[in-house]
Amino acid sequence: MTSILQTSALAGILANDPLLSGEVGLTTLLVVLIKVVVAFVGLLLSVILMVWFERKVIADMQNRFGPNRAGPFGLFQTIADGMKLIFKEDLMPERADPFVFKLAPFLSLVPAFLTFAIVPIAGSFNDGLDGVVTILGQQTFMQVADPQIGILLFLAMSSLAVYGIMLAGWASGSKYPLLGSVRATAQMVSYEAALGLALASVLLIAGSLSTNAIVNEQSGFRWNVWMTGLVPFVIFTIAATAELNRPPFDLVEAEQELVGGFHTEYSSFRFAMFFLAEFLNTVTMSAIIVTLFFGGPSGPTFGLTNWVGVYILPFLWFFLKLLVFLCMFVLFRATLPRFRYDQVMDLGWKLLIPASLGWFLLLVAVRVASDQGWNLPATVLAAAAGLLAGAFLLVLSIRASAAKRAALSLPGEGS
Amino acid sequence: MRVEMFTFLLTAAICLAGSAGVVLLRNPVHNALSLVATLFGVAVLFIQQGAYFLAAIQVIVYAGAIVILFLFVIMLLGVDRAEGFDRDPILGQRPAAIAVAVAILGLSLTALLSVGSRVTGQASTLAAIDGSEPNINALAKVLFTDYVFAFEITSVLLTVAVVGAVVLSRKAGPAIDLGEFPEGTTADLLEARHAAKTQRHEAEGDDSQGDDLEGDDPDDGDAEDETTQEALR
Repeated sequence: MTSILQTSALAGILANDPLLSGEVGLTTLLVVLIKVVVAFVGLLLSVILMVWFERKVIADMQNRFGPNRAGPFGLFQTIADGMKLIFKEDLMPERADPFVFKLAPFLSLVPAFLTFAIVPIAGSFNDGLDGVVTILGQQTFMQVADPQIGILLFLAMSSLAVYGIMLAGWASGSKYPLLGSVRATAQMVSYEAALGLALASVLLIAGSLSTNAIVNEQSGFRWNVWMTGLVPFVIFTIAATAELNRPPFDLVEAEQELVGGFHTEYSSFRFAMFFLAEFLNTVTMSAIIVTLFFGGPSGPTFGLTNWVGVYILPFLWFFLKLLVFLCMFVLFRATLPRFRYDQVMDLGWKLLIPASLGWFLLLVAVRVASDQGWNLPATVLAAAAGLLAGAFLLVLSIRASAAKRAALSLPGEGS
Repeated sequence: MRVEMFTFLLTAAICLAGSAGVVLLRNPVHNALSLVATLFGVAVLFIQQGAYFLAAIQVIVYAGAIVILFLFVIMLLGVDRAEGFDRDPILGQRPAAIAVAVAILGLSLTALLSVGSRVTGQASTLAAIDGSEPNINALAKVLFTDYVFAFEITSVLLTVAVVGAVVLSRKAGPAIDLGEFPEGTTADLLEARHAAKTQRHEAEGDDSQGDDLEGDDPDDGDAEDETTQEALR
């Protein structure tokens, strides 16, 4: 029993964590279980509060009260809504594909939960502690898993989340959900490229895929948001909003055009699962942004190494940073009008992807210059000149194709 | 039973069931989903061999991009319903397929039983991945030193494929006069085009109902191609 996991696959995928480097006994299993349960419950609680928070803030901005009946300040409104949804009748359209129709909500929900496993939420990164805490006499990180592939798990899960939405729309056997899901898929697949390229800049600076190492490298306010020169952060945030299908990129469920989008035909608990997945994704994506660009739980601990310095203060820093991004997503929803579909595609393919690729190449040039001892300003200037020439050619070709299309379809020209 | 063995048996079962589903199920979307299950099983097998990076890439590229594109095409083409296979589309396809399948199975079994573990690549896998540094570092070092030419040639090949696809799929039109770029964004141009179209229809009378319908949604790529053809004629 003491070493069943020592050489197994599980020990491998959690490899960087000191918890699983030695003998794996019952205490270790207990620690892993505690971490999983805490992350699961914490995430669910945060979703309940996030839904309430979003409704309250939007109500305030629209000069309404918002939820104020269930519990103090309407805090229990989300729970009331959830209970209501559970007890509603579960309908399935006649032309639906039964198996896929039932599978789709789970495909949405599971990736949303799994991504949070790699987010470090506490642990001191000062005084050479590297985020290691001791639970039940076992050294470990304050994250469910720290696999070798690290942040790639986030990319893998966000690409799997597409399945939930796509299959929900298709399996409904109905027109509007299908249109919504086709839109969603095209949008999410396009913006994943920009997301990945912005992420590459961070990985170049951090030199590791592990989220613990990425956070550790940012301790002492060497945050990636300025270490990578702001551009990857801006691109990542825009692409993340599109990936979440949140306003202003919520074409997936544009009420005026598509009834309810991909989940039009869903009711009862299956609908609740999509709703839950959407807000889980919002919280998780904010946590990923904090981890990648704002140093996660790292922050001043004032020399404390007891439980206050290791658990309370880092978690407080993490939570405050997280709150900023949750507010940002709510403000996006409250203030920005929805994009038109061609605008979404133009922004993604013609601006964000080339810009993130160009910025990545610039960072690579800086890195190579400092490694090889080249003249840094000259290298940067040369690289920037090359990239600007590329950008000019790109703009030229985009305008040429637009001109061609217009010339071909205007009467009296072209033919 | 050891955990490794248990994981292997479970994953192998998922892989095999998925592959059987790809071949046997009648609905194209179900086929694609079975393919995802197989790819996932293979990713887990990669993890078991210590190839974490490959496993992640397997999920991101194959499950996350390629099968998504399959599904996209299936949905857009509207072939997402069961098809009748009472008759072979090509004469004698079925017996030929069975013969080839039996031949491949026979060859594989012969190779596996006569040569042993060398065929499965076990030896080389253990040699390459065994080490203390993470997969991705080891892979990157090999890829950008020993195999840098192969790597760069592959990337050029992919670019050529993309350019080729674009060139083959686009329709020929008159050359653009570079001196006469219209000002404004694509959206403005589309609006101007739409306005001109409406004007033309009003002038000519309502002679082409279908064309008018297509003119109504300028976002649709297919409709645009058809209007382009219309204008060329």
